[in-house]
Amino acid sequence: MSSQVIVPEAEPSPPLAPSPGGFSVTFTVNGDRVELVVDPRSTLLDTLRETLDLTGTKKGCDHGQCGACTVHVNGRRVNACLSLTAMHDGDTITTVEGLGAPAALHPMQAAFLEHDGYQCGYCTPGQLMSATALLDEPCGPADADVAECMSGNICRCGAYQNIVAAIQSVRQQGKS
Amino acid sequence: MNAFTFSRAATLEEALAESSDGATFVAGGTTLIDLMKLDVEVPAKVVDINHLPLTGITLTAAGGLRIGALARNSDVAHDATVVRDYPVLSEALLSGASPQLRNMASTGGNLLQRTRCLYFRDPAYACNKRAPGSGCSAIDGFNRNLAILGTSEHCIATNPSDQNVALTALEATVQMRGSNGERTVPISDFFLLPGATPERETVLEPGELITSVTLPPPPAGARSTYLKLRDRASYEFALASAAVVAVVAGGSFERVRIALGGVGTKPWRNRDAETALEGKPATSENFALAAQIILRDATPASQNAFKIELAKRCIVHALTLVTTDGTQP
Repeated sequence: MSSQVIVPEAEPSPPLAPSPGGFSVTFTVNGDRVELVVDPRSTLLDTLRETLDLTGTKKGCDHGQCGACTVHVNGRRVNACLSLTAMHDGDTITTVEGLGAPAALHPMQAAFLEHDGYQCGYCTPGQLMSATALLDEPCGPADADVAECMSGNICRCGAYQNIVAAIQSVRQQGKS
Repeated sequence: MNAFTFSRAATLEEALAESSDGATFVAGGTTLIDLMKLDVEVPAKVVDINHLPLTGITLTAAGGLRIGALARNSDVAHDATVVRDYPVLSEALLSGASPQLRNMASTGGNLLQRTRCLYFRDPAYACNKRAPGSGCSAIDGFNRNLAILGTSEHCIATNPSDQNVALTALEATVQMRGSNGERTVPISDFFLLPGATPERETVLEPGELITSVTLPPPPAGARSTYLKLRDRASYEFALASAAVVAVVAGGSFERVRIALGGVGTKPWRNRDAETALEGKPATSENFALAAQIILRDATPASQNAFKIELAKRCIVHALTLVTTDGTQP
């Protein structure tokens, strides 16, 4: 990811000053500091995908209704499509690329594999980001509680039962 | 999305100065950015207020609770004092939207949440709220989800918020800051009926900023519930909802507040119904009487007459829940 940094840290632009044609933003994505000049209209989702080439985060509805764009901002899950990049100066952002790697999967990624928590896979990055955030949120113990906590992530293939099973297995691991 | 200038305010004073020539504040963005993408909201200037110190949830000297305008819906819903003393607010917040949206959405932004009327959200259609004087496509259109109380010939759009229903039953007040200083209004006076000016939804003036919402001390012995009826079990707006806060002693209502969501052009409260219940036994007959009073002036459109009965049953069931042992205190 370090190769994605747009402006070298040696010559940082003033983080708060509006630039001609754009707005300067500095934030951390998956552990790497990123400095950008963005069009104020850019959403966090579009910046991640189009500027930083982090295409793991998906665009579904683009209106906060499907959850495919879910990322973590300062440790909390949000819909990247309903947030302007310019609002994230100083923030710490984690996308699915920062969750794990093929050789070192996050336990939730491994659980989705184990429990078949997806079919087409399009909603999966968002499901994973919601599922990992859920581990640190108030959420009851029952499958129905997990389903409610995951209600902001739509899966048109209908893998819901397996997604809940995957999440519950990770929560059980956490307790043992 | 239309072009706009963007700036970030670090202090309340900065935010107010930035808005002196007309600007739109952005907090969570879950309503505003959604509507900007649809060209329903077309601000020329957007001021980011997320760095203002308005996130606190603090006890007031009077024994109430002051909730900062930038306190996120998820933080309010899980706040220990809210859960203990104002559970109806926690329940209402958790019944709305999704965890991601609740992490973003702010208390002040939720107060200003715009209607989900399909015609308001689509600039191809006439809408007096979006384009004053253009007409109302909803009155003869798809109006199943729209309002039956507080409507006018110009607009039947529903206020979609759950939070605001609970705040209405809790008799919250709203604090606003503008160039003329701070003012406080009871939430019952904050929202405006559409009348002939549906584009005006609240008393908030241009350039004015909501700074907090204050809850009065919880009435001793109060029980409450938020009951939300909708087309699916989760992640859906209300067709009808009821927030009830009641003190029952010796089987009779000492005090009761009832607010409805999903059926009104604003969070709906009818003091006649509350007066009719207070001092009366908590019986199903009296619950039905209160429901009858609240819905007696309902004016359904072509597809939403079912909401009259739905709202009545919602009220009766919510009153039953708060007056039955075993529910949340």
